[in-house]
Amino acid sequence: MEDNNMKSVPLIVENLNLSIEGNQILKNVNLTFPNNKITCIVGPSGCGKSTLLKTLNRLHETTDYLEVDGRVLLDGKDIITARDTDLIELRRRIGLVPQKPCPLPMSIYENVAYGCRIHGLHRRKKEMSRTVEKYLTEVGLWDEVKDRLHAPANRLSLGQQQRLCLARSLAIEPDFILADEATSALDPVSSKTIENLFVKLKEKYSIIMVTHTLPQALRIADYAVFLYIGEVIETGDAKQMFNNPKEELTRKYLQGVFS
Amino acid sequence: MKKLKSKYIEEYVMRGLMVLATILVLLFVASIIWTIFSKGVKSLSWDLVTKLPGKDWNTAEDGGFLNAILGSLMIVLPAAVIGACVSIPVVFYMTMYKRRASRLSYIARLAYDILFGIPSIVYGAFAFTIMVLVGMRASVMGGILVTTLLIIPIMIRSGDEIAKTVPDEMVEAAYSLGATKWETLKVVLRQILPGMVTAFLLAVGKAIGDAASVMFTAGFSDQLATSLSDPSATLPLAIFNWITMPDPFPDRAYAAALVLTIIVLLLSLTSRIITRRITKNNL
Repeated sequence: MEDNNMKSVPLIVENLNLSIEGNQILKNVNLTFPNNKITCIVGPSGCGKSTLLKTLNRLHETTDYLEVDGRVLLDGKDIITARDTDLIELRRRIGLVPQKPCPLPMSIYENVAYGCRIHGLHRRKKEMSRTVEKYLTEVGLWDEVKDRLHAPANRLSLGQQQRLCLARSLAIEPDFILADEATSALDPVSSKTIENLFVKLKEKYSIIMVTHTLPQALRIADYAVFLYIGEVIETGDAKQMFNNPKEELTRKYLQGVFS
Repeated sequence: MKKLKSKYIEEYVMRGLMVLATILVLLFVASIIWTIFSKGVKSLSWDLVTKLPGKDWNTAEDGGFLNAILGSLMIVLPAAVIGACVSIPVVFYMTMYKRRASRLSYIARLAYDILFGIPSIVYGAFAFTIMVLVGMRASVMGGILVTTLLIIPIMIRSGDEIAKTVPDEMVEAAYSLGATKWETLKVVLRQILPGMVTAFLLAVGKAIGDAASVMFTAGFSDQLATSLSDPSATLPLAIFNWITMPDPFPDRAYAAALVLTIIVLLLSLTSRIITRRITKNNL
């Protein structure tokens, strides 16, 4: 449980093609996401960043008329073709922090406990309370909510809700955390808090985030992926890519020629 | 400047029209309720709601209309339960398993729209035809059958609209935690339960007040139905009878209308309280 940082579980995307209603959104994407690093996926609007992120835990299934081909491997197991029973375990290992904070319609406590409950973790009440406290503390929410754990989660402020969503994902001890513009709906202060959390969390988890704000990517990314109209143009060490891109397209994007 | 002024006038006139429409509707509702209450309260008595019709019920003010009250409840409550048991799975299947655009959902929604718009007398006639085919008499059973048919499309249609309000993020959040579709559905249910209860009530409210559908199917009787195959009186039909008799008893009709209104009100209040309880407590 505590040795998350010891494990190295690769998440690999192989020859991923995806189209919606015949429009190709992702073209032959091949990627390996490094462990214990923050990977930022950047690129202009509509280039397929969010779609790529969704395929990583097979949430693309909720979209109609979608066709997908290729493999997403976590620990050697393909998520795209996994049977429903395996999918549950694979999804448990890949947490998601959504763009818009979305607490489940239950109390603050139950939001964090929910994931554990459906996976049958921490059946004893005391153990569960300890888990909830641990993860609320980890996201810096414990002191703010400890007196109202049983109040509905949607009464929290947006920034708090987003941290709650993060705690909810962490509680089931995933290997990877996906964040789809997780700070875009938040005020600058909350946004900064989440950013700092990610930096702190990368010791234990591997974080893959989509971001629209380049400055944010510059601040926290270790590894970067530049996506342009569904194709991976460049990948590599973030500092190096942002300071000295290999590809002309990346350079233009970073200079703000297009966005 | 001139343009600005005409904009203000436009704004003013439009708002005025909206206010006018709202007031008109409120007046309608108020006058209906006032008529029912003022006329109903006068003639409503304890005997009326606790006694069966007397021997001379069709020529004099003899006895009460307990048979109609119990008849209505006996028909609508089972129909509501059966209706909910059929409609709720349909709503969930259409929204959770066949999200949005599948052909089956499209055809199903179209079908429910059509069913929703069919007048209740047609349901009555349809159920009656079936009953004749299988040799069933007008009875409580027939009433339950037709009322269920009447309730289902209303519940599905409004339930579906409510289910659409669930944010995609919530469904995705549950999935990404590793919840199965069924577990996700339970989360979604918590979110939409108050709305579903309202939808349910709208349907029950419409069904309990409908005379045309039960006219042929449940029949009429001045006795209390003791089995499913007995015919039974219902409140809306009792109202209809008292008004259309050669010697009408409008006072009794108003009293029955008042009872009907109160039943709907009580149903609505209790379920609101129940929903509040459920949504307050945790899983």
